[in-house]
Amino acid sequence: MAYVTFQEIDFRYGLPGPLIIRGFNLEVRRGEFMALVGPSGCGKTTVLNILAGFETPTAGEVLVDDRPVRGPERDRIVIFQEPDSLYPWLTALENVEFPLRVLGVSRSERRARAAEALRSVGLQGHEAKHPGHLSGGMKQRVQLARALVLEAPIVLMDEPFAALDAQTRLILQEELGQIAVRTQRTILFITHDIHEAIFLADRVGVMTAGPDSTIKKIVEVELQRPRVRGSAAFGELYEQINQILSEEVRRVLRREDSLL
Amino acid sequence: MRRRSDVLDLDPVSPRRWPGIRVLIPRSDAVAGSAASVLAVVVLWQVASTSWVPSILFPTPLQTLHGWAAMVREGVLLYDVGVSLGRIAIGFLLGTLIGVPLGIAMGLFRPIAVVLEPYVQFFRFVPPVAWIIPAILWFGIGETSKIFVIFYTTVFLVLLNTMAGVAAIARNQIRSARCFGASHWQLFLWVSFPATMPYVLTGMRLGMGNSFAAVVGAEFIAAQAGLGFVIIESGTWMATDRMFAGMLTLGLLGILADQLFRALSRRWASRYLMPS
Repeated sequence: MAYVTFQEIDFRYGLPGPLIIRGFNLEVRRGEFMALVGPSGCGKTTVLNILAGFETPTAGEVLVDDRPVRGPERDRIVIFQEPDSLYPWLTALENVEFPLRVLGVSRSERRARAAEALRSVGLQGHEAKHPGHLSGGMKQRVQLARALVLEAPIVLMDEPFAALDAQTRLILQEELGQIAVRTQRTILFITHDIHEAIFLADRVGVMTAGPDSTIKKIVEVELQRPRVRGSAAFGELYEQINQILSEEVRRVLRREDSLL
Repeated sequence: MRRRSDVLDLDPVSPRRWPGIRVLIPRSDAVAGSAASVLAVVVLWQVASTSWVPSILFPTPLQTLHGWAAMVREGVLLYDVGVSLGRIAIGFLLGTLIGVPLGIAMGLFRPIAVVLEPYVQFFRFVPPVAWIIPAILWFGIGETSKIFVIFYTTVFLVLLNTMAGVAAIARNQIRSARCFGASHWQLFLWVSFPATMPYVLTGMRLGMGNSFAAVVGAEFIAAQAGLGFVIIESGTWMATDRMFAGMLTLGLLGILADQLFRALSRRWASRYLMPS
């Protein structure tokens, strides 16, 4: 049964202008890791923002546990591509404590829970550092710890590893994979990286090129965890998704050529 | 992306901050360099005032020092410094207390900005000195008129910087807090206000600097004490050594006040100046 449902979503920025997304339908099961890939500008982040409650769809409705999304709520936590959502005046520990402070959790309890969340993402020993003194990968871990500490059932991740170096990205993918299995959160993961999507997700949704973007195909990733990037099955899935995505990218390029 | 530490040019708080050219000059060398520069200017001043343009209108450094010492001995300088600093402190604090909340309100709430922005834009181009005479006519020759001019000098700098700070808050910081279920007050107190702090401090620092200029202007007219009064009174009596001594005192006090502000900012607000 679907936990998150996008029903015939249309979206445009402002009234005159094309629809960025048209007739977008998607169902995500409870505890599922759903990845969305698509050509640049197809509206992947917009889909995430609509589920987060940051954007209101022009038409259609998003349901979480059969309740319509009316705005941001603490059952849906976002991990942004840029770690600028962290508060630079707070330490790593205080940043992770922040959602608990908003909830009114006692100081001692939130300290303990935040420290545990930081430990779970491998940041023990860095509690007193401010975000400006952490590397990009560490900042993303703090964001992850902040999402974990709140125990929000849904985590929305907008290309969280896109700005990191290749090695850090691989390490964080491994860790996120383990955390996802361990915590059984429902995750919507936006990415450009097909490898990343196959490595992490239970299903990969491939979006068409915008405007009027929608889901073109959903690919089931039925690979055992932990997944091996070099396996034949992994490669086949990569080829399958890459072919669909390439068609969309070529469509964008043809359109751009015709405009020149 | 613009970093917080760039907004207020305080000493580096992050080891990641690009050290710039400062790294090439050790601190001891920098102090020695500045001292040598000051000494060179004093020597130049001495030569100019004795050889190039010898005149009673242009006292030598030594004459200025004598004038300064005489005022200290007579006890007038300390008194005048106290009077000027008192006026600056009250006007500056009032300007900050009004400018910060108003700047945040204008930055956060569009209707307030729409209503107040024309006045802010208009008055910020009317210099404080233009208000000295109206202030005296309205508030008399007492303290109120001087404090009003300093308040006027500070309030727009603080307000405009605070507004800029609110506009510069990272959207994702607000969005995250909303995801966590933060109320409007929590959003204001725990996100908007601390995020704006570097800009507020920059505005305060600029406001304080300009207050020193404004206090002189205010004390030029209808004052019986203060450094501005010392300068204008000494000029009237052709006591140019005392006039220069008053000006030097003003400059030195400004540097001291700025250093004190920076030290207090580092001591009490360093966490708000961290890079993101």
